[in-house]
Amino acid sequence: MEIFGIPIQAFLGQLLLGLVNGSFYAMLSLGLAVIFGLLGIVNFAHGALYMIGAYVAWIGLDSFGINYWVSLVLAPVVVGALGVVIERLLLRHLYRVDPIYGLLLTFGLALIAEGVFREQFGVSGQQYDVPELLQGATNLGFMVLPNYRGWVVFASLTVCLGTWFLIERTRLGAYLRAGTENPQLVQAFGVNVPVMVMLTYAGGAGLAALAGVLAAPVIQVQPLMGSNLIIVVFAVVVIGGMGSILGSILTGLALGIIEGLTKVFYPEASNIVVFVIMAIVLMIRPAGLFGKEK
Amino acid sequence: MTPAPGSSTAIAPLDAAVPAVSGKAAPPPSAVDPAAGVIARRGRVALWAGLALLLVAPLIGLYPVFMMKALCYAIFACAFNLLLGFTGLLSFGHAAFLGAAAYATGWLVRSAGWSPELGVLAGTAFAAALGLLVGLIAIRRQGIYFAMVTLAMAQMIYFIWLQAPFTGGEDGLQGVPRGRLFGVIPLENDLVLYYVVLAIFVAVFGFILRVVHSPYGQVLKAIRENEPRAVSLGYDVDRYKLLAFVLSTALAGLAGSLKCLVLGFASLTDAHWALSGEVVLMTLLGGMGTLAGPVVGAFTIIGLQDFLADKVGSWINVIIGAIFVICVVAFRRGFVGELIAWQRRRRAR
Repeated sequence: MEIFGIPIQAFLGQLLLGLVNGSFYAMLSLGLAVIFGLLGIVNFAHGALYMIGAYVAWIGLDSFGINYWVSLVLAPVVVGALGVVIERLLLRHLYRVDPIYGLLLTFGLALIAEGVFREQFGVSGQQYDVPELLQGATNLGFMVLPNYRGWVVFASLTVCLGTWFLIERTRLGAYLRAGTENPQLVQAFGVNVPVMVMLTYAGGAGLAALAGVLAAPVIQVQPLMGSNLIIVVFAVVVIGGMGSILGSILTGLALGIIEGLTKVFYPEASNIVVFVIMAIVLMIRPAGLFGKEK
Repeated sequence: MTPAPGSSTAIAPLDAAVPAVSGKAAPPPSAVDPAAGVIARRGRVALWAGLALLLVAPLIGLYPVFMMKALCYAIFACAFNLLLGFTGLLSFGHAAFLGAAAYATGWLVRSAGWSPELGVLAGTAFAAALGLLVGLIAIRRQGIYFAMVTLAMAQMIYFIWLQAPFTGGEDGLQGVPRGRLFGVIPLENDLVLYYVVLAIFVAVFGFILRVVHSPYGQVLKAIRENEPRAVSLGYDVDRYKLLAFVLSTALAGLAGSLKCLVLGFASLTDAHWALSGEVVLMTLLGGMGTLAGPVVGAFTIIGLQDFLADKVGSWINVIIGAIFVICVVAFRRGFVGELIAWQRRRRAR
C-alpha cells in the first residue's frame, strides 16, 4: 500500500516520529508560555533545562543505577530545584526592567550550562536504553508501533492536558491566571505572589526536564540538544501565540507532524519548514494563530 | 592588547548616552544639564585619542591580523547597536547577515574571480537584501517577539548554508584570496590591509554618528522611547524601523565581507546563533546606546577570546555566559555608559 508513491509504513513511521517531536514542542512551548505569562521572561535557558533533565536521567542510570521510572520523577524535581535557585538569585532582579534583559540573562545561563556539560561529558551523544517494560513493538495491523514512541506521545499528552486542567480549571490555576493579569491586586488579596512566581518558574523548569527524560531514549543525550530545539520551540511559540494553553499544545503537535511529513516528501526542507510556516503566519496573522492582538 | 575598561578609547557625546532599554533606571537626558557640554567635549577628545591609538597600533607592536579581526567585529557591533541602542529593536539573529555577506564575498572573490572591492560591495548588498526580506517579516511583531522571530529566521538561513552546495558545509569556504584593491594596492600585506580596514571602520563610525544625529535618527529615538506616541505623531513607524534594520544588516554584512577577506575564509560559525549572542554581549558590555560602547565591547570580547583560546578550551563559553549574566544583573550600562554616568554624577555635585 502506498500514499503518493511512499510506502505506507514509512509514511506512518515518519508521522509517528513527527508526533513524538511535536509532543516535545508542546511540552516545552507550554512551559515557555506559562513562565512568560507570569514572569514576563522569555526563558532561553528552557533548552538547557531540558538537556539537564536528560543528563540527570543518564547520569542516574550510568553511575547510580537509578532506573527510568524513578528518573521520570527525580529529574523534574532536581531541575525544578535548580529553577528555584535561578529565580531567587537572578531572575527576580529583572521583573521591573525591559523583558529583553530576561532573554539575555537566560541566554547567558544556557551558555554556562552547555559549556559545563561539554567540558564534563564531551560533545558526543550518550545512549540511553529504552526501559525494559517499553522495549519492542506492537503490531497494530496497519503499522508496527514501537512501544516507547507510543508511550512518549501518551505521556506528554497526559502531562500537557494535566497542566491545562491545572491552570484553567483549579483554584491554584485561577490565582496563576489572575497573577498574569494583575500581580499587585492578587498580592493585595493575600496570595503570596513572589512564591507563586518562584514555583511557576520551577514548574516550567520541571516540565522541561520531564521532556528531557522522555526524550533521552529516543535521541542521543548531548550538551547541544537543548539549544537547537529551543529555537524551533521559539518559532512554535510565535506561530501559536502565547495567549492560550491549548493553543500551544495544538500548535506544537501540529508542527511536529508537519515536520515529520516534510521528511517524507522533501527531506531537504525538514529543518526549515517550521521557520517558513512562521514567516507565512506572521505575514497573514501577526499575533499568531491563537494569540490576541494587542 | 585590549583597551582597558574605561580607557581613553571611548566616551560618547552625551546626547547619545542614555541606555536604550533601561527600564526605569536612567533619567532622560535634559537639555539644561550643565554638565552636558563638558562631557560632550571630553567625549570628542576621547574619540580622537582612540582614533590616534588605532592609527599607531601596528607600529607599537599590536598584531595587525588581531586588530583587523577586532575592527571587523567592532563594525558588526556598531551596526547592531544602531538597532538595539538607537531604535530599541533587539535582533537576535544578526550573525545571519554577517555570515551571508562572508559567504557571498568569499564565493565571488574565490570562485568567480571578482576583485576584492566589488566582492565586499556585493557581499554588503546581499546582506542588505536579505535584511530587507527578514525585516519585512520581523517588524510585524514588537518587543521580545521581534527577538524570537529574528532568531528563528537566522536559524533558517543557517540551515540553508548548512545544506547549500557552494558553502562547503562543515568545512566552510577556505582559501579566499585578498587580491589587489582597485587592481593596484596589494592587500596580501597585513599592514596595508589594516589601514584599509581602519579607513572603512572610521567611515562606518562616522556614518552611524551622522545617522544618529540626523532628523531620521531623532525619529528612531522617538520610536525607541515611545512607539505609540511616534505613531500618533504621524510617523510611519514600520518604514523607519525597516530602514534602520536594512542599514544595520548592510553594515553587519560589510563587517562579514571584510572579515572574510582578512581571515581568508567564511564558515558556518559566522552564521551561527552563538555569534548573534556574542554581538549582543559586545554591545551590552561596552554600553548599548552609546556610540563608542560597541567598539570597546568588541575589543574586550575578541581580546578575551584571543587571550584565553589556548588556555581554557571549552570553558570559554562558560566565561562568556557568566559575563552575560553579570552584565544583565549588575552592569546594564556597560563600560562607556558607566563612565558617562560617573562623569555626570561628578559634574552634578
